[in-house]
Amino acid sequence: MNAPAVNAAATTGAGTRPLLEVRDLRTHFAQSTGLFGRSHGVVRAVDGVSFDVFPGETLGIVGESGCGKTTLGRTILRLVEPTSGTIRFDGTDLLALKGSALRAMRRHIQIIFQDPFSSLNPRLTIGATIKEGITVHRLAEGAEADARVRRLLEEVGLRPEYAARYPHEFSGGQRQRVGIARALAVEPRLIVCDEPVSALDVSVQAQVINLLQDLQRDRGLTYIFIAHDLSVVEHMATRVAVMYLGHIVELASARDTYREPVMPYTQALLSAVPVPDPTRSRQRIVLSGDVPSPVSPPSGCVFHPRCHHPSRDEACARLVPPLETKGTDHLAACIKQLPTTVDWTAQQGAGATKPAERYLPLAAIGTRLDS
Amino acid sequence: MTAPLAPLLRIENLRTYFHTPAGIARAVDGVSFSIAKGETVGVVGESGCGKSVTALSLLRLIEAPGRIEDGSHLWFEGRDLMTLGTEEMRKVRGNRIAMVFQEPMTALNPVFTVGDQIAEVARVHQGASRKVAWERAVEMLSLVGIPSPRERASNYPHQLSGGMRQRVLIAMALVMNPALLIADEPTTALDVTIQAQILELLAKVQQDFGTAILLITHDLGVVAESAQRVVVMYGGQVVEEAPVRTLFAEPAHPYTRGLMQAMPRVGMNRERLTTIPGSVPPPTAWPSGCRFRDRCSHAWNRCEVDAPAMIAVSAGHQARCHLAEGDRAPEPTSVRAARPL
Repeated sequence: MNAPAVNAAATTGAGTRPLLEVRDLRTHFAQSTGLFGRSHGVVRAVDGVSFDVFPGETLGIVGESGCGKTTLGRTILRLVEPTSGTIRFDGTDLLALKGSALRAMRRHIQIIFQDPFSSLNPRLTIGATIKEGITVHRLAEGAEADARVRRLLEEVGLRPEYAARYPHEFSGGQRQRVGIARALAVEPRLIVCDEPVSALDVSVQAQVINLLQDLQRDRGLTYIFIAHDLSVVEHMATRVAVMYLGHIVELASARDTYREPVMPYTQALLSAVPVPDPTRSRQRIVLSGDVPSPVSPPSGCVFHPRCHHPSRDEACARLVPPLETKGTDHLAACIKQLPTTVDWTAQQGAGATKPAERYLPLAAIGTRLDS
Repeated sequence: MTAPLAPLLRIENLRTYFHTPAGIARAVDGVSFSIAKGETVGVVGESGCGKSVTALSLLRLIEAPGRIEDGSHLWFEGRDLMTLGTEEMRKVRGNRIAMVFQEPMTALNPVFTVGDQIAEVARVHQGASRKVAWERAVEMLSLVGIPSPRERASNYPHQLSGGMRQRVLIAMALVMNPALLIADEPTTALDVTIQAQILELLAKVQQDFGTAILLITHDLGVVAESAQRVVVMYGGQVVEEAPVRTLFAEPAHPYTRGLMQAMPRVGMNRERLTTIPGSVPPPTAWPSGCRFRDRCSHAWNRCEVDAPAMIAVSAGHQARCHLAEGDRAPEPTSVRAARPL
């Protein structure tokens, strides 16, 4: 899965230059020796990931705990240093930047965190929190900076006079609005939203989702939207990357990912989402077992021990599936889903007994309504 | 749905208040509903609606400054749990009513093996010998679908994944074959594929043992797939109750409708989500009249002064809203705009 070939997305128009280009990115962590002398190893949190993000789009990143989606987001901001790979933002190599050049670049890429309770400094008024970025990046000073803070508060649906209040005076939804205003203060072009609504109740979640969409439209923002909630991602995203054990296993338009998921893991993930419609009964793909440890990921395809594809065989345990084209602008990593560049001879050489076939268990994924 | 069965548990006017320096928090404020034998009832609502306090009250696990107020009744298997002494109540807990909590890591003791912890239930409630109790623990682990249960019984909680720990808690709850299992957000801390496994397990338990399940959740999807009847809570009260299909087909309370519209659904990619303005008021200061009126787009003068009662909409379907009176309701005199944030 180290093919750097990542196609342009038809959804954003061919010929558009990507705002962000990520190639073969790896972020590994050394695991410290445990209290009881457990052997230490390397946690392969992000393990060879390549993708583009185009201006004005929302790239959704979904996956379960431990799949690497949060580490990926933090690596893009260089809050975590990658082990290898490249990240280019608007043509500039982010990983080559140092000191003031890096700080200047940070203005263009901001993050909104999951937990609106721990991501705000409790000792600063929210006005001071929002103003910090404006003054650090010398965008405005004094009264003009204060005026900017008030405008930002209004833009995210809070009263300007709230600038003098402290975080504990706000509800979860309001704090998340403050977090959004803080990110917007430096006029970024790309915002990494890391589970921005998962700590919020349903009624408040919808308010924040609508706000993020309004801001994107009004300011021409580009989002990387990281979430475990598949329905929220479908609602927000232009394209979706599905992650499993540090790898992107499927990358396609939101529509294709949800209507014709190719990777058996994506199929299982979609089939597991509880649907708020009691009249619909369906078969469900229930995966056996748990996600393996990223310290010792399975050989070959990382999903093979839990896979439900009828053609799964010995070759899946031996061959690393490339993230390859399965349809128009639809990439997936599975040598058993046709078409594949890993031909039958190559598969047989790795012990294959069952030829690849196209497998789409619609009854389990559910017939999707037209959007 | 089916003919009304004799209720296994009937909650009558449950009021659990917390007497804090900041005032009286009326977390649960006059909740009534019942659960039949072998039935799954879903309780849905957002943070602060009183659903978890309701669950803890059923087991009388409320600690000071909380108090179950006089006049609350919990009719279970022919007697009122509120009248039981400490010792009798202890026998009900674990024996007849068991509970599964949201966070499986904190609900397990980290210094005992999971086998020990399950065996302890059998020893305390059944007086089983160590050996018999251990065998029972292994049997329970196998029943909840844990592979190689004999080896796993000797594991400590930290050696198990989140999904496995939740299975252990379910195994522990089922040792005494309780008549009622209370599951408080049993899948909220779990990933979606593991959630699917646990929901499937709960359905199997109910089928095989006829256990009634009170499923507390914020997730309407989980309720739609698992419950036969649904109770919607808001502001410490039940605001709607209906058979699951009726609730999703004809939600009668504006809050229930708002919840359903605010939720993005897979396969229904709408341009914009409908929102419920504002947020839940604190339990120390519920609004007068209807507690949802500040956030309701249908609220009119009456809602401010007149607290609505549960009104029958159809068979088994009730809602706490003046609008549910239908023809009998007076014309709204002034529809108030939703308050800004």
